[in-house]
Amino acid sequence: MTPEIQLTAVAGPKVRLLRGGSGSPLLFLHGAGGFPGWLPIFDRLAEKHEVIIAEHPGFGGSEDAAELRNVSDYAYYYLDFLDALGLPKVHVIGHSLGGWIASEIAVRDCSRFASLTLLAPAGLRVKGVQSGDNFIWSPAESVRNVFHNQALAEQVLARPMSDLEQEQAIRSRLVAARLGWEPRWFNPNLEKWLHRIKVSTLLVWGADDKLLPAAYAAPWKAGVPRIRSLIASECGHSPHVERADLVLPELSAFLQESDR
Amino acid sequence: MKFTSFHLMPYRPLDQKKALEYRSSWVVLPNSMYDPKLGADEYEAYISHLAAGEQLGFDVIAVNEHHQTAYGLMPAPNIIASALIQRTKHVKIAIIGRALPLVSNPVAIAEEFAMLDNLSRGRIITGFVRGIGSEYHSSGVNPTFSHERFHEAHDLIVQAWTQPGPTSFDGDHYNMRYVNIWPRPYQDPHPAIWIPSQGSSETIQWASDPRRKYPFMVTFSPAASVERYLNMYREAAHNHGYEATGEQLGWAMPVYVAETDEQAIEEASAAAESLFNIYLPQPVEMLLPPGYMSIESFTRTLKMRRAMLDNPRSHTMASLMESGTLVVGSPRTVRERIEKMRDATGLQNIIAMLQFGTLPEHLTRRSMEMFASEVMPKLR
Repeated sequence: MTPEIQLTAVAGPKVRLLRGGSGSPLLFLHGAGGFPGWLPIFDRLAEKHEVIIAEHPGFGGSEDAAELRNVSDYAYYYLDFLDALGLPKVHVIGHSLGGWIASEIAVRDCSRFASLTLLAPAGLRVKGVQSGDNFIWSPAESVRNVFHNQALAEQVLARPMSDLEQEQAIRSRLVAARLGWEPRWFNPNLEKWLHRIKVSTLLVWGADDKLLPAAYAAPWKAGVPRIRSLIASECGHSPHVERADLVLPELSAFLQESDR
Repeated sequence: MKFTSFHLMPYRPLDQKKALEYRSSWVVLPNSMYDPKLGADEYEAYISHLAAGEQLGFDVIAVNEHHQTAYGLMPAPNIIASALIQRTKHVKIAIIGRALPLVSNPVAIAEEFAMLDNLSRGRIITGFVRGIGSEYHSSGVNPTFSHERFHEAHDLIVQAWTQPGPTSFDGDHYNMRYVNIWPRPYQDPHPAIWIPSQGSSETIQWASDPRRKYPFMVTFSPAASVERYLNMYREAAHNHGYEATGEQLGWAMPVYVAETDEQAIEEASAAAESLFNIYLPQPVEMLLPPGYMSIESFTRTLKMRRAMLDNPRSHTMASLMESGTLVVGSPRTVRERIEKMRDATGLQNIIAMLQFGTLPEHLTRRSMEMFASEVMPKLR
């Protein structure tokens, strides 16, 4: 399907939004790698949901938002954003950095959440288990380290980036560093508030994630009250891309249950 | 013209072949490759190089700060400066510079410099820098706040030096209820502040501001860039409503002097290539982490320097000579190169790095002496 593309100020800075499908609304918050565009999995989700892909302020093609200096600021921004959308209940799905932001929103106020799905979320760490250093990796290394299936990595690498895409990648990287450089991809004060995530939660992790190791699933499972999890085999840091075959049935069923 | 003998204190016994197996000689080069017994010898030799600067007639001897790298063994340059105070009587001692954003309490920098200034009875010159990109990897400090932290730390240090304490400081990154350093600096109002730079336009505007007029020195850059940036500083000063003096304009570069050009090139090649191909190179992700430069400067740098950034280990003596990044030759050649830059920019501050890369003792000593006796006097 062809989603509608908007550049619109929902709650402050103008941001890119992709919207498509109909049904109970679903908001996707992307990772540090930037705005994903309309991925194949969204086609399927759009059969039963109104899918909204929101670009974080300051990333790629969205307006600068220098006043948003940390993940807490982004959480409050998205609370305003959810208020402005005016949707009473939204399924929130967050990948990586987007998962961190989604959980920071939820611990503050999950009254508008229909459910929460965390795909290899940042935000927590396990002492003694190092995350990958995506800020020292070259762009090609980053792509290779994001995928378990190297054929997929080669496909991505074979596609040349336009000047505009490169410029947008530089902007995204800067905001990602502002939010996640130090402490690297986690908030030491998040774990103790996970009990405030009062909605049904699905946690998905790639078993072979080189950026945020699958061992990081443990504190989420221990801390979020109503959580179930899927560890996807032969899968890197983007399970919804690399193992959509596993993720889609699990996610669809989870969303359907949460809608009941 | 004023002359500074400047040192990086590289780890010369480095296994270069093995070092090439790593991403860089910064951050990730295993420190098992450092041998403390050999390292101790290096410190002794290097402190002697600098201390000799006083007898040789240099105006200033200088050190700087780098972390977690074979490129320079001075994570705490004030320790070397303190040793130099004890070994010299009159020469000025410059620490150019301390990387302000990397510290969590800049008052400690104000205190240490004040101590050195007292210990030396006013012989200290300070330098303020943001640190090289890799140091945001090794320190963990967020590079996207580098500029903010630099400016706040600078303001806090100058306040600590100049305003009768106790005062307080309210920043976004630094908040101090009590700023009241003991000792105060020996020099009134405070030691000079130099700004070494690769020439960012933001730094040029800031350093040349009439409230600061900080001496600005372009480091390790092709001659054309040095000329362009020094003239940008002059123009910025002019636009601020004053004319920059030559003392405000400096050039920091590796220098090697021998009897003839041919001999100098032959003797310096291996060391120069080791500096630019082994010790200094960092991939772009390390050299320019996100936010270290503005997006505009970063995009421009990527376009202009793509080839160098993609192949940072591809320098040759010929390419370094051609770009004028090195000043190598007979006393006459070296003098003429400096005169040419002086005539093009009005600079009066030469920061000569007379030991670089693997340059061994006997060559370092001879070049240093020839520079002092056959180049400096004719340029004064």
